[in-house]
Amino acid sequence: MSGGRPWFTVLLVAALTLALTFLVLPVVAIFVDVGPRELIASLDDPAATDALKLSLQTSVAAIALILLVGTPASWLLATRAFRGRELLITLVELPLVLPPAVAGIGLLAAVGPRGLLAPLGVSFTLSTAAVVVALTFVAAPFYLRQAQSAFAALDRSWLDASRTLGAGEARTLARVAIPSALPGLTAGLALAWGRALGEFGATLMFAGSFQGVTQTVPLAIYERFATDFTGALGLSAVLVCVSAALLLSVKLAFRAAG
Amino acid sequence: MRRIAALLAGLALVLAGCGSDNDSASSSKPPLTVSAAASLKKAFTEYGSAFAPATVRASFAGSDELAAQIRQGVKPDVFASANTTLPDALYSEGLVEKPVTFAANELVLAVPAGSSISGLDDLAKPGTTIAMGSKSVPVGSYTRKVLAGLPADERQALLANVRSNEPDVAGVVGKVVQGAVDAGFVYRTDVEATGGKLKAISLPADLKPQVAYGVAVVKGAKHPEQAQQFVDGLLDGAGRDALDRAGFLPPPAT
Repeated sequence: MSGGRPWFTVLLVAALTLALTFLVLPVVAIFVDVGPRELIASLDDPAATDALKLSLQTSVAAIALILLVGTPASWLLATRAFRGRELLITLVELPLVLPPAVAGIGLLAAVGPRGLLAPLGVSFTLSTAAVVVALTFVAAPFYLRQAQSAFAALDRSWLDASRTLGAGEARTLARVAIPSALPGLTAGLALAWGRALGEFGATLMFAGSFQGVTQTVPLAIYERFATDFTGALGLSAVLVCVSAALLLSVKLAFRAAG
Repeated sequence: MRRIAALLAGLALVLAGCGSDNDSASSSKPPLTVSAAASLKKAFTEYGSAFAPATVRASFAGSDELAAQIRQGVKPDVFASANTTLPDALYSEGLVEKPVTFAANELVLAVPAGSSISGLDDLAKPGTTIAMGSKSVPVGSYTRKVLAGLPADERQALLANVRSNEPDVAGVVGKVVQGAVDAGFVYRTDVEATGGKLKAISLPADLKPQVAYGVAVVKGAKHPEQAQQFVDGLLDGAGRDALDRAGFLPPPAT
């Protein structure tokens, strides 16, 4: 920064200002349009509270599944060298770039009522479990990706030391690797959670929309948009607050723990 | 590297060729944006692709969502709704020109071709699953009118079997075609568009709601002249023929 070229710094600041304005403006607009009274009023509606409750339950369930399976899976991908590893990583990350509509169709074709696994009795339809499946599918890659790079960035000598001292790999993962990779894991968790809370398309196609069973907050917002724009704004504002609070508390909790 | 570049260039040429084949002389034709009810997809796609005065860009969704977009300042050239109340409401709000009724449809019960369901009675049985439109989209509001005509206990039993309230009729059709539910309330034209996958069960005549479609040129449309031509063709011309082929009925006499 101090090495001359002030024009470049100006350019950087301009770019950041532009990016910030663009990204923050729609969120600010939601709160400008909704007074605190409307925000509270939008929570009065049982459809809204049902949707909020359901969104929290399903996203927590999805995140729990993702952590439980995703942590050891990404540890394996990060620490072992084997043929086809790059391909596996690409496959695992593929849902990141899939449009939600493709995710919805794919889930129907795989675990829908007439899906690939239906003959084995594995099928989810228009149920809360189907919402969890959809959220897990779209959100998991965000965590896997972050967890894997967090594990890969760990100092190998620490891990080797742990093992030299007689700890098995499981113990090394639990006692050394996870605590040291916590910032990266937390970032992945926050991203995945945010994605799960915002999921719309795949949920609608795969799980449908029914108050209290499959209608998550984004679906409730879409339904309200047609008849009650203010109500839709109010519910959007609530979702922004809940998401922001969740992400912030996850970050703070893990920073304190780490 | 150079070979790849040549290949890409060739591919681009081929694609460009395809594009210009589809809409020849598109450069001189103005784009016409049409917001239309999801149930009009087949008929409007056919009508739009052969519409000479403009290149039609249609977007299909629940009529209520499209009306909400117009209220938020989105300006398509034409708005076509699966009811007459939404265009009438937009007209009284000064957002569209005077709407006209251009087609009629019939609300039916759609079930998979091999289903044993034969009527509304079967829907109230425990274990049967149903999809319908949400209450704000026309197909959902027609469905609720039908249900309002049923005895209270039958209505309650039927509502208890509803598994999804979809934002548009395409969602209802999809849920039935996928086997996610046993039956859904849709329009007769939607069943015909599935090419035999679904069959339509008529509703009792005394419960059947009148389903009429309204269309209007949007105020402040970029191409009002072409928009009016598009609307005129729906009443008498290529649009009317496409509607006939898709199974729509003539507008009800008023």
